[in-house]
Amino acid sequence: MTLLASDGSERIERAAVKGRSLWDDAARRLMANKAAVASMAVLAVLVILAVVGPWLTPFAYDQVDKDDVWLAPLTAGHLLGSDALGRDLLARLLTGLRVSLAIGMVATFVSLVIGVAWGATAGYVGGKVDEAMMRIVDVLYSLPFIFFVILLMVTFGSNIVLIFVAIGAVEWLTMSRIVRGQTLTLKNKEFVEAARAAGLGRAGVIARHIVPNLLGPVVVYVTLTIPAVILAESFLSFLGLGVQPPMASLGSLIASGASDMELAPWLLIFPSVVMVLTLMCFNFIGDGLRDAIDPRDR
Amino acid sequence: MLRYIGRRLLIAIPTLFLVITAAFFMMRAAPGSPFDSDRKLLPEIEANVLAKYGMNKPLGQQYVDYLAGVAKGDLGPSLKYRDKSVLDILKENYEVSLKLGLSAIAIASLVGVSLGVMAALRQNGTTDHAVMAVAILGVCIPTFVTAPLLVLGIASKLGWLPTAGWNDGALANLVLPVTVLALPQIAIISRLTRAGMIEVLRSNYIRTARAKGLPERLIVRKHALRAAILPLVSYLGPACAGLITGSLVVEKIFNLPGLGKFFVISALQRDYTVVMGMVIVYAALILTLNLVADLLYAVLDPRVRLA
Repeated sequence: MTLLASDGSERIERAAVKGRSLWDDAARRLMANKAAVASMAVLAVLVILAVVGPWLTPFAYDQVDKDDVWLAPLTAGHLLGSDALGRDLLARLLTGLRVSLAIGMVATFVSLVIGVAWGATAGYVGGKVDEAMMRIVDVLYSLPFIFFVILLMVTFGSNIVLIFVAIGAVEWLTMSRIVRGQTLTLKNKEFVEAARAAGLGRAGVIARHIVPNLLGPVVVYVTLTIPAVILAESFLSFLGLGVQPPMASLGSLIASGASDMELAPWLLIFPSVVMVLTLMCFNFIGDGLRDAIDPRDR
Repeated sequence: MLRYIGRRLLIAIPTLFLVITAAFFMMRAAPGSPFDSDRKLLPEIEANVLAKYGMNKPLGQQYVDYLAGVAKGDLGPSLKYRDKSVLDILKENYEVSLKLGLSAIAIASLVGVSLGVMAALRQNGTTDHAVMAVAILGVCIPTFVTAPLLVLGIASKLGWLPTAGWNDGALANLVLPVTVLALPQIAIISRLTRAGMIEVLRSNYIRTARAKGLPERLIVRKHALRAAILPLVSYLGPACAGLITGSLVVEKIFNLPGLGKFFVISALQRDYTVVMGMVIVYAALILTLNLVADLLYAVLDPRVRLA
């Protein structure tokens, strides 16, 4: 719109100096999305709190205090109150947030690596290989996954590394489908042909030309996978199969808060609010990114 | 059509096989056994018990035996509930889960479609924004948050509804669990309906209907809605999976005697056969619903060709 300004000549000159890439355009559209910008701000605060918060609280997350159980918020130095063992809720909440966010990011990374490798290979190689690989994805899609994650937890005990792997291994399916679809359209583009003509092998083309160009949709899906993972972990913790006490995650805090809610509603309400806030931020950012990167879908 | 069904069923069999295999070996890899208890069994007795259930054979043999049983429709005896077969347990408990799931999906469709249509007709208006806000909240607030909060507010503090229990499926006992299960589905269904409706309302045949001078209400109800809710059909499978996951939480919180509650308990108690039976039933359910959804879609939308 500013292109129509009276000093059009100057504009054109400046445009010649610095071009506008697709990513600049996307960033501009994202910044115009109020919900996404606000979410990014809130999420930044949450991440900072999760990273440094647990070191700043006057109590440790597992510090038991038999004299100070069931304290209401704002009493005896417990900003958000204390639980059945006299542990400070604020400290536990910040630790839980840290654990949930960490699980969200690591498990998403696992799903990202598997999904991109699988989808890009299937899409690029094509033919029978593609057919077979995607059939496997179809089959895995129709499995009742939550049962397998539960079985996995029961089988190997609930350790945190396993939670990462289990959830990451479940979440890669959609990623691989998205990546494959994108690869199919990319592989016939001229620049890929040029790379091939220049003598680059299959693996090289996939790694150097296909994968970098998949970035857009993958970034969007990653921001939507993180909340899904956080949700899955919380779900497990809620059933008592995830993070084990005295460690905390948002899900385990909500679970213990729910069992004590008659006596101490704050133990349920504060973790629930943080959980919902976190999930909402990721969803708004994901939606905003999708609209910004692929404006056709509006 | 028949060939398509045949092919889909042919894919379903290896899928089920994979499910059974994975579940069988994962369950057996778990430390502990169904016969662990506080009192240690005498070795002779334990050997007897193991022999009774065929668990003294090598694992591979047990696996083959189990598969043979499943092929004949026999899911074996429960290892924890003496004198009950897995089928008995499934039969005794499926009703609660089924009733919950069906009520939830019915209510979610009704409310979700109405909200979606309302939002689409007033695109970018206040109603639209309100509905979309509800949809976002519905997706972001997990069932294990809504359930305890509703129990705390409506059941405990206000005392309007019972906090938990089944009470033979009395209406008052159903309201909260069904609401909790339906909320996330309402959110997704209203989003899908809104998107479908907005697209359909822009299409040529709707313009034709308007040009003919048909009243708007008739256009929306008879012409647009049919096409707009088509995407919902393919959501049937994922919705079912979502309901199953949700029912695990809901049945635990409201202490309902359904299958979901059984699953977690049985897995923790290493009741191998019960866990396996449930995994098989749920996998078969999801596979069937996915197939039904695809077939329905093809029947409802003549543009779709099954290949």
